[in-house]
Amino acid sequence: MVKKYLSKIYMGIIFIFLYAPIIVLGVFSFNESKSRGNWTGFSLKWYIELFHDHDIRMAFYYTITIAIITAIVSTILGTIAAIGINAMKGRQQALILNVNYLPVVNPDIVTGISLMILYISFNMDFGFMTMLLSHIVFSTPYVILSILPKLKQLDVHMTEAAMDLGATPMYALRKVILPEIKPGIITGFLMAFTLSIDDFIISYFTKGEGVTNLSIVIYSMARRGVRPTINALSTIMLIVVLLLMILINKRTNGHDKPKKIYRSEV
Amino acid sequence: MKNRTKYFAYPYVLWIFLFIALPAFLVLLYSITTKESNGLTTIHFTLENFKKFFQPMYLNILWDSIYLAAISTIICLILGYPAALIISRAHVSKRNTLLFLCILPMWMNMLLRTYAWMTILGNNGILNNIFAFLGLPRFNMLYTRGATVMGMVYNFIPFMILPIYTALSKMDKALLEAADDLGADKRTVFRKVIFPLSMPGVISGIIMVFMPAVSTFIIPQLLGGNKSMMIGNLVEKLFILNGDWNFGSAISIVMMLIILLSMSIMNKFDVDKEGGARLW
Amino acid sequence: MKRKLILTFLVLSLIILAATGCSSEEKQTLSILNYDIYIDKSLLTEFEKANDVTIKYDTYSTPEEMYIKVKSGASKYDLIISSEYMIERMINEKLVNKLNFDNIPNYKYIGEDFKNHVYDPDNEYSVPYFWGTLGILYNKKTVDASSDSWAMLWDENHAQKIIMMDSQRDSFAAALKLLGYSINTVDEGELDEAKELLIKQRPLVMAYITDGSPAIMVTEEADMALVWSGEAVAAMSENENLDFVIPKEGSNIWIDAMVIPSTTQNQELAEKFINFLCSTEATLRNIDEVWYSTVHTEAIKQVDEELLNNPAFNIPKEDIAKMEMLRDPKEFIELYTERWTELMAQ
Repeated sequence: MVKKYLSKIYMGIIFIFLYAPIIVLGVFSFNESKSRGNWTGFSLKWYIELFHDHDIRMAFYYTITIAIITAIVSTILGTIAAIGINAMKGRQQALILNVNYLPVVNPDIVTGISLMILYISFNMDFGFMTMLLSHIVFSTPYVILSILPKLKQLDVHMTEAAMDLGATPMYALRKVILPEIKPGIITGFLMAFTLSIDDFIISYFTKGEGVTNLSIVIYSMARRGVRPTINALSTIMLIVVLLLMILINKRTNGHDKPKKIYRSEV
Repeated sequence: MKNRTKYFAYPYVLWIFLFIALPAFLVLLYSITTKESNGLTTIHFTLENFKKFFQPMYLNILWDSIYLAAISTIICLILGYPAALIISRAHVSKRNTLLFLCILPMWMNMLLRTYAWMTILGNNGILNNIFAFLGLPRFNMLYTRGATVMGMVYNFIPFMILPIYTALSKMDKALLEAADDLGADKRTVFRKVIFPLSMPGVISGIIMVFMPAVSTFIIPQLLGGNKSMMIGNLVEKLFILNGDWNFGSAISIVMMLIILLSMSIMNKFDVDKEGGARLW
Repeated sequence: MKRKLILTFLVLSLIILAATGCSSEEKQTLSILNYDIYIDKSLLTEFEKANDVTIKYDTYSTPEEMYIKVKSGASKYDLIISSEYMIERMINEKLVNKLNFDNIPNYKYIGEDFKNHVYDPDNEYSVPYFWGTLGILYNKKTVDASSDSWAMLWDENHAQKIIMMDSQRDSFAAALKLLGYSINTVDEGELDEAKELLIKQRPLVMAYITDGSPAIMVTEEADMALVWSGEAVAAMSENENLDFVIPKEGSNIWIDAMVIPSTTQNQELAEKFINFLCSTEATLRNIDEVWYSTVHTEAIKQVDEELLNNPAFNIPKEDIAKMEMLRDPKEFIELYTERWTELMAQ
């Protein structure tokens, strides 16, 4: 009994820690003055200004668009790659994996500048595509990192059994392997999305004119002080995501129970 | 079938050659040349940049960064492991929610969250105002090394919780029951069964926290008041302010080697090679 | 269900991408790169409508980052607003074009004090935008500014309440000026002296920050800060206990100016925009938004009295003669960085 309360209190503390700055951001998005620390009164003016601020909205669209596309593409790319890499042996596998993890291990600025040099040597036009490409480059290794452990766990015999029972390799892939590594795929997807949304340096050096993302906009505000319009945007994002989460939860909770009974019976 | 499965990876191999290996090679090239020889057609190879780095001033910075990153990683582990454990034991319907709540903060821009911490920790900030209200003395929290560590723990702890949770969640409950049946008390079960089995997750977590912690430059800048230079700040300054890509690249190579080295040491603990981060 | 969700995501993102990413309009585009909060954005929309063009507006934080992108050819802007020492470098490396002043008649409004400076001696490549100096923003209640000296920043009575800049050249400038040396010195002896001075100061410094130090002064968490004059203007309007001083040993003068990169395809349009910004009306609107000191001889006559009374905005002309301008440090920046790193590694 005590343990349960302790657990709840502990998680409570952790969540307070995790969300303290976010709550502060949210509260001060309603602050009358520009000040980050002094509360001068309630006001919606930053939200109104947000609707008029074309540049911040563009930055937001680019950030989200790139994050979604990056997550989708790197998850697909990473899943296929992980399956292949897992089938490799010894030296070959080790070499590919080590190279794969270089963007993970390198400081962002090195990845950013080296990609910029690469694009220049290929005479590429900088713009949306170069930024997107860079995001996919640095996200995919994380996807592979998430999926490989699950692949290793996969019971080889299950795939063989499926094929003994008449399944084609593609069918075995779709109906046996993919469902088993699904948690890894989902984690990979979320990681790619998270990393892309927050990226600053790599985006900065590989973007083109007129293309930007939230991190770059915020960082260039550093000289004169961050405007609360950004706080307003973050608060809106937070609320939207929370709502999404509640929605998804309601749906999955509805589905979960019947499934569980079936599994434990087997 | 296995023989042909590996072909799946070949497109990606081409990809990483182009976008990872090539740029990395460029970095290596910069590290072994000097600024003067950049413009010439003949390249003059030298280890000068590396020698420059092995001076007390720079090594101190490197050591300091590793030290702070290590402390942050340990704190993340101590705080994050129980959290992962609790989540893995929670009711199934709640687990995904709890996990999501752990990831969600990372979707808010890191700069903004760090600015918010400045508001909380400042001398006239929220915490100090609460202290003053309660009659407690004001603490100087912002612009200290402690603030930098806290900032790193804050930003990276989800990266610790997630992999540990993943490892814990796939644990075979039957093993725990068996240990219990054989007479082990809760503490022994944890020490001898749970913790060792969660090792791959712990290692992944340590790697995913330590690496960005060692190379971060924003957190020591904003929360530490720039009072201690970390290796990330140095590399950033060299690349951007000095335009000295050669020295900057050399330092990056050193950092890369250190990280790869520590990863391979960590993998020695991952006996079953379940971590997936293969090296040598 | 899941597949449909993913499909919808894909389609949605592609739509968003198409809507926002592609600019398949036939209008001419003007790409501008500037510091943040450094222009009244309504001026951009006004120019767009009046000339039937689209403006792509990007912001950046430090000139060095901007330089990397321009030098590498990664970015192709038509107009860049940057600081004098970086403009000096860009002129020397032929990264900017000469301006056709026939297209910029409003150039006549730019004060003579801001022309013929060392970064563009014949005024061929740039048009001044805003200017300012380096000084000390301090709290009148707690700080005695009678010494009128850089030494204020070394006052032990204010330990841990002093803010210096993260920008090494600016922090070094304060030390060098206190010692009576040039802010562009390459004499290693002088630099070492300055470094020692800064090391002595370290225990007294609350933080080395370039962004947001005015905000900390406004909340009175610090007693004094090394700031650019423009930052002080806004801070002083928010807290009347604050004042600004340009120490007697002298300070630097900085000028932010507009240049046209050599990669431009729209030189004439860019020049038209420069001319537009130099009109009295546009300048007044910019001053209202940015609050930095103006180079415009007509605008300064029409500025609010409150601003004219602000010593950080209305910098006395006599002081200008004593001010030194930062030179492009490309050749000698290592001397500074090395010592700064040593300072930080204490």
